[in-house]
Amino acid sequence: MIKIRYFGSLKETLNTTEEQLDWQKGLTTDKLLQELRQRDATWAEALAEKNVFRLVVNQQVVYQPVAIKEGDEVAVLPPVTGG
Amino acid sequence: MISVSIQTEPFNSLQEESRLQTTASDCGAMVSFKGMVRGHDQQQPLSHLYLEHFPQVTEQEIERIIKSAQARWHFSSCLVIHRVGKLTVGEDIVLVMVAAKHRKEAFHAAEFIMDYLKTEAPFWKKEFFLDGTSQWVTAKESDTKEKQQWSN
Repeated sequence: MIKIRYFGSLKETLNTTEEQLDWQKGLTTDKLLQELRQRDATWAEALAEKNVFRLVVNQQVVYQPVAIKEGDEVAVLPPVTGG
Repeated sequence: MISVSIQTEPFNSLQEESRLQTTASDCGAMVSFKGMVRGHDQQQPLSHLYLEHFPQVTEQEIERIIKSAQARWHFSSCLVIHRVGKLTVGEDIVLVMVAAKHRKEAFHAAEFIMDYLKTEAPFWKKEFFLDGTSQWVTAKESDTKEKQQWSN
């Protein structure tokens, strides 16, 4: 299993704060996003490239696609509005 | 000294300035920026803001921003406090203080840190208006442009 967490507006748009999914061999952050976008039009738009600011795997920001291991936690961050 | 704090409770900027100053030996300049909750945004009167962050990751990202500033300017001490949770109009949101030998290093570093805080640090603001409506604040192009000035 892997855990996926959503923040900010994504939580409301997708109506979920976190979820668990079965882990699959060869899973990467890119593949995970592609799979989530295929759920329906809402997910496709919410997780469109322009709406995903950054991914965080096990509390480490990742800047390039990385492999996801069994038990990992992946967080999806929408564009930030800090300060 | 580098100090990053994400907290719900208010901060006292004068106390923080004294705290930073004790760590800033051989410094001739201290620049301080404080951001507050405006009463209006997008023409609508605001009731309050709600700020969300990603514990640990947000702190890490702010430390990364401060290190980027240290790679550009020499400064000995920096303090960042960012509040989260419910914040009403007029309340303080953010405090950035930089102590350096010279004023320009302190000014530039403080401005750089604020520009990157607004565009890189994982915070999300939701506005609650007096008419009962609410909306998540979207990233502003003007903030991105402010940040881009540092890559020139």
